[in-house]
Amino acid sequence: MNAAASATAPHAPDGASTAPADAPATVSADGPATGSTDGPATGSASREPVTSSELLSVVASRELAGRRTVFAGIGLPTLATALAQLTVAPEVEIVYESGVCGAHPSHLPETIADAVLITGAEAVLSMPALFGYVLQGGHIDVGFLGAAQIDKWGNLNSSVIGDRWDRPSVRLPGPGGAMEVMANSREVFVVMRRHTPRSFTAELDFCTSPGPDRALAEGIRPLGAGVTRVITDLGILARAGVGEELRLVATHPGVTAEQVRAATGWDLQVADALATIEPPTASELRLLREDVDPGRVYLR
Amino acid sequence: MGPDDPAVPATAPAPAPAARPVADKTMTMRDAIAAFVHDGDTVAIEGFTHLIPTAAGHEIVRQGRRNLTVVRMTADIVVDQMLAGGCVSKLVSSFVGNSSAGSLGELRRRIEHALPEPLEFEEYSHYGMVCRYLAGAQRLPFYPLRSYAGSDLASVNDGIRTVTSPYPGPDGQEERIHVVPPVNPDVTIVHAQRADRAGNTQIWGLTGVQAEAVFAARRAVVVVEEVVDDEVVRSDPNRTVIPAHAVDAVVACPRGAHPSFAQGYYDRDNAFYRSWSHISKDPERLQEWMQRWVLGTRDHAEYVAMLGEEHWAGLAVGDALSLPVNYGRRL
Repeated sequence: MNAAASATAPHAPDGASTAPADAPATVSADGPATGSTDGPATGSASREPVTSSELLSVVASRELAGRRTVFAGIGLPTLATALAQLTVAPEVEIVYESGVCGAHPSHLPETIADAVLITGAEAVLSMPALFGYVLQGGHIDVGFLGAAQIDKWGNLNSSVIGDRWDRPSVRLPGPGGAMEVMANSREVFVVMRRHTPRSFTAELDFCTSPGPDRALAEGIRPLGAGVTRVITDLGILARAGVGEELRLVATHPGVTAEQVRAATGWDLQVADALATIEPPTASELRLLREDVDPGRVYLR
Repeated sequence: MGPDDPAVPATAPAPAPAARPVADKTMTMRDAIAAFVHDGDTVAIEGFTHLIPTAAGHEIVRQGRRNLTVVRMTADIVVDQMLAGGCVSKLVSSFVGNSSAGSLGELRRRIEHALPEPLEFEEYSHYGMVCRYLAGAQRLPFYPLRSYAGSDLASVNDGIRTVTSPYPGPDGQEERIHVVPPVNPDVTIVHAQRADRAGNTQIWGLTGVQAEAVFAARRAVVVVEEVVDDEVVRSDPNRTVIPAHAVDAVVACPRGAHPSFAQGYYDRDNAFYRSWSHISKDPERLQEWMQRWVLGTRDHAEYVAMLGEEHWAGLAVGDALSLPVNYGRRL
C-alpha cells in the first residue's frame, strides 16, 4: 500500500503514467507550438514554455465570459473556471457533481468530492437536489464534459470502444452525470486534450450523451443547446445549437485549417472568418501558475 | 382534549409524554452482515465518493457471499474488490471507474473478456439511479426524468422506457418522457459519521443518495465512525439524515470508509486510489492483495492496524467546527 496522502501537497507518484510531472511538458512535445515563448509575454512566470494544460485552461476560461453557473469536474474545467473568476467572469460559480455549491477551498481540490470543497462551502446538496433541482431545474449555464469520442453534432461517447456494449474492447466509466449535464445545461463545453480522427469521429461506437438533434429525432425536446464549444490542442470548434454541425472557428497560432481537417474524422466545415487564438498572455499565465494552481496539481 | 378545553387551565404545564423505550440496534459488523446479507440478495451500497462503506464490502467478501446483485451509483474500488472476491453476479450502476484515478481491473476483465466469468450489467445514468431510489423509497411504479432521449443506453437497457404525460406539455402538445423503474434492494448498506444506538443517523458534508437508498430497501445497515449518546443526536435533529425507524442495524466501525473519507474524521487516501489501477490490473497481484488485506484480516480493526499509525497520521484532518444553532426551548 502506498505512502499516506497529504491534503496539502501533490502526492508522490506511484506510477509514471499518472504522476503529475515536476516540470511541465512543453506544448511542442505533445502538440503544436503556440508561439508563446516569443509572444507578448513579459512576466517572469510566462518565460517558461506553455504546457497544453495551460493553453487549454486559458482558452476555455475566455469562453466563460458572461456566464454565471458552471457545472464542472476536476481538472482543466476547474482551472479554466478558477481563472475566469480572476479574469473575464468574476461572478461565475462552480457547481460540483458531488453537490457542492459556492466552494471556497483552502487548497486546490484533487477530486470533485475533496474535503476541502466542503469545508467553508456555501451549500452542499443531496443527489436528488443536485440532479433534480439544480440540473434538471435549469440552473446551469455551462456544463463541462469530456469524452472518448465526439461526432459533428456534439454527441458524446464515454461508455465503450468497440462494436458491442456488452462485450466491448474497452469498457470506459460510462455516463455518470454526463447525460444529465448534456440534456439540462444551457450549453456544454467540451475540452479534448488530443484532436485526433479516432476521437473526432464520423460515427460514435456508442452514443452515451446525446445532443439535442438526436433527442429531437425521438420527438423529445431537451432543455439545452448541447455542445456549443469544443476546445482542443489544435483550435476551437463551435456550433450555435439545434440543426448545426460543429465548425472550426479558430486555430492556435501556426495551426492550419487543413491540419485540423486532417485530424478530424468527418468532413469538417471551416468558418469563413477563421480566427487565430491569441496565445495565453503573461497575466493569464501568472494567475494560473501563481494563484490558481501553484502546486501544479493539474498544470502538467 | 385540546388547548381550548375549559377543563384545562391555560397555565397548567403540559404533562411530559411517557419516555419511549429506545431500541438498541448496535451489532458487530460480522453479525450484521451474517444477519442481513444473504446469497442471491440485491445489495445497495451507497456513498457518493464520501463515506463509502468499504469495510462492509470487505466483510461480505470474508463471509463468502455469492450471486449478489450489487446496486451502486459509482461502482468503484469496493465493487472491484467484491468482484475479485467472487461475490457478485450482477451489477446495477451509472459509473464504473476508479474515480478519476484510473481503471477497475477486475470489472474490466469481467465485462471485456467475461473472465473469470461473465458479469450481468445494468447501466443507468447518475440521475437515473437517483430516480430509481426515489421511486423505490416512495413505492412508486416508476419515476420520470429528462435524461435519455437519443441515448444508445435505452437500446441496451430495457428498464429505460417512455410514457406519455397525461397533461399537455408547455407548448400545449402531448409530452413524452423517459422513466426508470423503482429499485427495492433486499438490504442497503451506508456509512455515516455517527448514529445513536437506535439508528438515528447523522451525516454532514456530502450526503449523496444515502437516505433514498435506505428508504428504498427492505432492510438497512448503517455503519458509523462512532455510536454516540442519544443526547448528542437530539442536540441537532436536523443533522439526522436517516431516522431510526428505517434502520435495522448500527455497526460501529471507525475508519471503515477507507480509502474514501469521512468529513471531519479522516481524509481521502488519494494515493491508494491511484495505486488501485496497478493492483487490480494483474489478477494475481489483485488476489494477493485480497488475501493479505481482506481474507487475511479477521475484521476491519486488523486492516486499520495493518495500515499503521503513520499512514493514518497522513490522513488526519484538523478542526473546522460549525457554529451551533439555537433550537430554542419552551419557557
